[in-house]
Amino acid sequence: MHKVYHQIESVAGNVITVKADDVTYGELAQVTSNFGTSLAQVIRLNGSMVSLQVFAGSRGISTDANVRFLGHKMEIPFSDSLLGRVFTGSGVPRDKGPEITENKIAIGGPSVNPAKRIIPRNMVRTGIPMIDVFNTLVESQKLPIFSVAGEPYNPLLARIALQAEVDVIILGGMGLKHDDYLFFRDILEQNGALSRSVLFIHTAADPTVECLLVPDVSLAVAEQFALQNKRVLVLLTDMTNFADSLKEIAITMEQIPSNRGYPGDLYSQLASRYEKAVDFDTAGSITILAVTTMPGDDVTHPVPDNTGYITEGQFYLRNGRIEPFGSLSRLKQLVNNKTRKDHRQIMNTMIQLFAAYKETLEKRSMGFRMSEWDAKLLRYGERFENELMELSVNIPLEQALDLGWQIMADCFEPAETGIPTKLIDEFWPANRKAAVKA
Amino acid sequence: MGVNGNLMTVAFDNPISQNEVGYACRGDLRLKSEVIRIRGKNAEMQVFEDTSGLRVGDLVEFSSRLLTVDLGPGLLTKIYDGLQNPLPELAEQCGFFLQRGTYLPALDRKTVWEFTPAAKVGDVLRAGDSLGTVPEGIFKHRIMVPFRLQGALKVEEIAPKGSYDLNKTVAKLKDERGVAVDVTMVQSWPVKMPIKCYSERLRPEEPLTTKVRIVDTFFPVARGGTYCIPGPFGAGKTVLQQITSRYADVDIVIIAACGERAGEVVETLREFPELTDPRTGKSLMERTLIICNTSSMPVAAREASVYTAVTIAEYYRQMGLNVLLLADSTSRWAQALREMSGRLEEIPGEEAFPAYLESVIAAFYERGGVVRLNDGSTGSVTIGGTVSPAGGNFEEPVTQSTLKVVGAFHGLSRERSDARRFPAINPLDSWSKYKSVVDEKDVELARRMLRDGNEVNQMMKVIGEEGTSVDDFVVYLKSEYVDAVYLQQDAYHEIDAATPGDRQKYVFSVIVKILKTKMKFENKDSARKFFQQLMQVSKDWNRTAMEVPEFKAIEGRIEKMLAEVTDYA
Ligand SMILES: Nc1ncnc2c1ncn2[C@@H]1O[C@H](COP(=O)(O)OP(=O)(O)OP(=O)(O)O)[C@@H](O)[C@H]1O
Ligand SMILES: [Mg+2]
Repeated sequence: MHKVYHQIESVAGNVITVKADDVTYGELAQVTSNFGTSLAQVIRLNGSMVSLQVFAGSRGISTDANVRFLGHKMEIPFSDSLLGRVFTGSGVPRDKGPEITENKIAIGGPSVNPAKRIIPRNMVRTGIPMIDVFNTLVESQKLPIFSVAGEPYNPLLARIALQAEVDVIILGGMGLKHDDYLFFRDILEQNGALSRSVLFIHTAADPTVECLLVPDVSLAVAEQFALQNKRVLVLLTDMTNFADSLKEIAITMEQIPSNRGYPGDLYSQLASRYEKAVDFDTAGSITILAVTTMPGDDVTHPVPDNTGYITEGQFYLRNGRIEPFGSLSRLKQLVNNKTRKDHRQIMNTMIQLFAAYKETLEKRSMGFRMSEWDAKLLRYGERFENELMELSVNIPLEQALDLGWQIMADCFEPAETGIPTKLIDEFWPANRKAAVKA
Repeated sequence: MGVNGNLMTVAFDNPISQNEVGYACRGDLRLKSEVIRIRGKNAEMQVFEDTSGLRVGDLVEFSSRLLTVDLGPGLLTKIYDGLQNPLPELAEQCGFFLQRGTYLPALDRKTVWEFTPAAKVGDVLRAGDSLGTVPEGIFKHRIMVPFRLQGALKVEEIAPKGSYDLNKTVAKLKDERGVAVDVTMVQSWPVKMPIKCYSERLRPEEPLTTKVRIVDTFFPVARGGTYCIPGPFGAGKTVLQQITSRYADVDIVIIAACGERAGEVVETLREFPELTDPRTGKSLMERTLIICNTSSMPVAAREASVYTAVTIAEYYRQMGLNVLLLADSTSRWAQALREMSGRLEEIPGEEAFPAYLESVIAAFYERGGVVRLNDGSTGSVTIGGTVSPAGGNFEEPVTQSTLKVVGAFHGLSRERSDARRFPAINPLDSWSKYKSVVDEKDVELARRMLRDGNEVNQMMKVIGEEGTSVDDFVVYLKSEYVDAVYLQQDAYHEIDAATPGDRQKYVFSVIVKILKTKMKFENKDSARKFFQQLMQVSKDWNRTAMEVPEFKAIEGRIEKMLAEVTDYA
């Protein structure tokens, strides 16, 4: 029924052009050449010239390759049998399990009607004080981890995924090192979470174009689970690789770049993925936690910059810790008034004191005189860093709040913290380690 | 002929016009599109929807109309997408997801409105003149002679007082050539053309109080003026606009959520119906209209959304009302232009924005203004747009083009937002051409104090506090004081969040007095201590309602504290 075309007019990058009729925009085709078969997607129609993006890359494609149009867009099977499985970006099993073909759903579907969204209202507990206390993660939030390469962002993602009370975990890996893929698979397995997870993995060794599909397939599957009333957590790592793949395709298509080679629609491309995060009126939710590595530790680089304009805050991971400055959960105020009544106060006061500690450090490095107050701050800052910021710390929110009180009580007089008397009376610990004289 | 993203190339036979709307047809699906370039026998059209599934050979139906909006009673409280599709109604019909090709009427034609005629048979009117009114929530909504009509129009018939739906002819007019025109309570108007049915444009002079102190006192906005809020991500652009949309002293607020987060609009549309407007005692929603084309909605419709919003703003201006249009973010609209320009393979300007970016931005802000209507009353459209510059760097085309045309610049700074000094408007490089709610001389004095204080602070970073004189140190402390108790404002505190104009005058005069006072301190520590206490008391003052006795009591304490440090020498 579907016509097969043999004449490839041009090959450039991962894009091939054929002469064909009756082709629809966005549809899939199967390209077969001596080196194998790959899916491809129509990305441009110009008269009878059809340009296709070849998922497996154009390497080895001969001018007489077969192009068979399939008459539909990219689809992915959806059913509960996806759980516990690992696939490539184009939905081919990567584990030894069987191919799944039932119930195909389109990827990259339309966006949710804003009138069907509700205001997010549930906290996601992570056991990490820098998140739970200071920048609470909220169900349906979209939040990236900004970090330089080499930071332990993947272990952090895995840890949050394991601690969060969610029904389904979807991992979308882009340009992942093979070791990192195995790390994710094994840690989910060991913690008994693999059976509620689906993994879509593109490794650094796989074709670029498949990298582009990973967020779309992950989010399409997440959406279906969410519509079935499930709370879904989507982990995307690393979105900078996704953006770089976009860049590569754009350059092949001879698009005029807007900023450091990235296409002008980078914002829209990223937004259409991140905006899939949602709390549905009368159904489940999708929370997106992503990794965005910052080339050159530069937050003004187009990828982190555009991301920051889209997401609801960001976590900065630096030197193995989540930085209190710059990190922000824009949704935290929706939930941190319902946790414990000292939560907001602890959050504000401890950060203010930590900022003062940083100033003291600066003064010290300039060789200025240290006052008694400075000495207190130095003691406080050190404990803050070791007992709350260290990523190895894993305690529930309430315990972290108690610890916060204890640290302050050990370092300061109540009045020095500026906390309202009422809260002091209720929460200030009686047993304090005698403050060492400066 | 061709499809490339949301750009479609079409061959046509009959005459078509630039910006004409057409529909790409594929089976039952009809996708709205707009002609954006004509070359020979080919037209290039931007499609307002996802184009997948279109194929070469599909037909395009031309409508002979430009992109228009429907104008009539019932617009307020609505939530539309960029093409004026009502989103809640769309949700009822299509469920959770937006469905392309589904277009619903912007106004329900069956709703009846209670019409009171204002014109009489025999009256000679012009476009924009009132034929009668209907109550729309808290407003008297004028039913006007359609703006498209030209010359003198004679009223041949007018409906008596009564309830009619939007399909009913409420007036029959005859134009100068004797052509009869039936008029209903709804008319349509092309979004890219300004409505010009007024007698003259006036200079924006009257302050528009936003109740944000740093704005009204230092960088004011005028009714009918224009202003922009550029800032890096997370600096507080959206929160500032949200506060303004709640408290601004205007009749109507139109929120254009243009290419930003859906979640932010959800906050507004779920919260506003529950909030009361202090001016009217009614729900805030009654004065609000939301145009919502968020970042994952079709990009071409994003461009249309700001025009849809400004056209509706002009419509209410024609009724003698003061309208405030808040657009968040104009950069997303500029990016939509850039995407399209790239597909058209136009010669790119800086950062690949099209060369005509500047004139498009200028033409948009030009639609703000105060006008005297034909009946002598005045109405205004004030436009405030956020700008999201790449990398937070203001030296980029959208910010620079905008700065050339607006009357006020509220530049948000990363340092201020990192230091949680909200609203994070940078007091040192923002500006406004409009009149402050307080005495300009006092503002100048405070501004100088801020500049001098900043200099001292910079110097201290190098030479340390030890090397700074007490006098210089006091200048620094005074500048920090103005910053902390006047420029900064707690958006989430019920009293502090909104400071009316008269309160600003009152409080600012006290602040100025403090700044002018020559003070005497033994050393820097005692100066610091004094200002810390003064700050604490002044912040309490900000959190106290002006009507309660406590307000005067705190003022007394401030005076007393001041007297103790005054240097009478
Ligand atoms: N006036 C304010 N008072 C208190 N907090 C504020 C204020 N303005 C902003 N914030 C804080 O900063 C965060 C970001 O603000 P906002 O969403 O307005 O930024 P933005 O400039 O619109 O960013 P983007 O460009 O990414 O949309 C808020 O979630 C809030 O935590
Ligand atoms: Mg914003």
